[in-house]
Amino acid sequence: MSPATTAAVRLAGATKTFGGTLVLDDVDLEVAPGEFVCLLGPSGCGKSTLLSLLAGLDRPSSGQVSTGGGRPALMFQDHALFPWLTAGRNIELALRLAGTADRAERRTEAMRLLGLVQLADAYGKRVHTLSGGMRQRVALARALAQGSELLLMDEPFAALDAMTKEVLHEVLIGIWERRRPGIVFVTHDIREAVRLGGRVVLLSSRPGRIAREWRVDLPHPRRSEDPAVLELAMEITGHLREEICRHARD
Amino acid sequence: MPVTDLGAVHDSPVSKDLSSGDLSAGLDVLDAPAAPAVPSLFHRALTRVTAPALAVVFVLVAWQLATASGLFTRLSSPTAVLDELIGQARGGTLLPALGRSLGRAASGFAASVLVGAPLGLLVYRVGAVRTVLAPALSAFQSLPAAALVPLAVVAFGESERAVYAVVLLGAVPSLAMGVVSAFDQVPVLLRRAGRTMGATGLLAVRHVLVPAALPGLIVALRQGWTFGWRALMTAELITATPLPGVGRILDAGKQQGSFALVLASVALILAIGVLVEAGVFRPVEKRVLRRRGL
Repeated sequence: MSPATTAAVRLAGATKTFGGTLVLDDVDLEVAPGEFVCLLGPSGCGKSTLLSLLAGLDRPSSGQVSTGGGRPALMFQDHALFPWLTAGRNIELALRLAGTADRAERRTEAMRLLGLVQLADAYGKRVHTLSGGMRQRVALARALAQGSELLLMDEPFAALDAMTKEVLHEVLIGIWERRRPGIVFVTHDIREAVRLGGRVVLLSSRPGRIAREWRVDLPHPRRSEDPAVLELAMEITGHLREEICRHARD
Repeated sequence: MPVTDLGAVHDSPVSKDLSSGDLSAGLDVLDAPAAPAVPSLFHRALTRVTAPALAVVFVLVAWQLATASGLFTRLSSPTAVLDELIGQARGGTLLPALGRSLGRAASGFAASVLVGAPLGLLVYRVGAVRTVLAPALSAFQSLPAAALVPLAVVAFGESERAVYAVVLLGAVPSLAMGVVSAFDQVPVLLRRAGRTMGATGLLAVRHVLVPAALPGLIVALRQGWTFGWRALMTAELITATPLPGVGRILDAGKQQGSFALVLASVALILAIGVLVEAGVFRPVEKRVLRRRGL
């Protein structure tokens, strides 16, 4: 089998220009099935563009994107839940669009997914009655409902307070350990990246390139305050600072 | 590319005193938005009825005072107008006219929706159609229905078809443009979310676009109804259709120089407009907005 088919997603020499500006330059990135990769970078490094390429929402100007099969699920910073549906119905719609034809089956599966994100009671609740953290958990359950092997997350917890973030991290890692989807998690929070990822990829800015990457072999459960997490986070912070300072000399 | 390996040198000190489930449940309780206080059914009914009732009483009192003052000698009093309405109803002309007007309004509105809604969707989705039709539809919206009546009469004669032509020409452009603006206001994020879940083409229209735009679509329907109703009254007033409607009674009042009959017809036309608004569109709109927490 060729390596292209064994990766959950693979970018090969991907370049993206917008109106003559080079945003992404020759990016090679391969995410293995079940791998948890965090993408870090200063603003303007093209993180979101990269994610759009992986999601198939946009095409590279040159180079290739290949997904292991199926449409990747995407989660946004804003929950993007449909306000006209209850939490349960939001998930059921994703199941339906993913091909679950039987209504009773969709309902059972939606309840199970809500249980997975610790929201077993939220099935009939409307989005506006849920807190920010609850909304993101429903959004996570909806993304999981697509049954995709690859989950793309665009700063999904950036707008949440520290404690809520901590809960969401535990929920996400719990799910990842059980179901092992490939995850690409974009964040600007270095500790979050180290706390979650099996690999942390640092992008450089203007144009976005892969500057460096770290393998994080710390066992789960981790916490953001673990000395090992802090140690690696500090090392990465140093590199990120360097990356940003480089632009002051341009 | 340099890769740094960091072994598992530290044991992770995870606090065991509290389970994450408790933390999560506690945050859910603390962070969930408070449900708005819902007033009792009686209270809501009272406030909903009081304001319009007060408005009606105010108008009636002012009107009665104006006629009683003797300053407006030709103005009929509210009671005279009510007598006129009762007389018309007894005479057997009012109710058939009312039924005919409402029937025309309903079927004209239905036809306008059947034409205007798909037209709006087409203008929204197809760039070329928008370029050509959007300015034309906006321009048409500003055309008074009275200007359309002679056109319709020349084309179709003094017939039902002429009346319906005026209603459709009056309602469709505003309805279609309302639909376009309702779709334009759907947040990009929701459309993107739908797309990543596999809702494309007609699936996107059905599962994302239409439900997301629903509050705006109701506004568009209401606007279409209002324009259609006004156009219908204009058409009934100006054309001598074989079957008279409420507009015809208004015209009869004018011919007879009967102030009471004219006022009675105007009050009737106004009442129908208000009742449809308050009895059909507003409850639907409120329900939709409440379900979304708006």
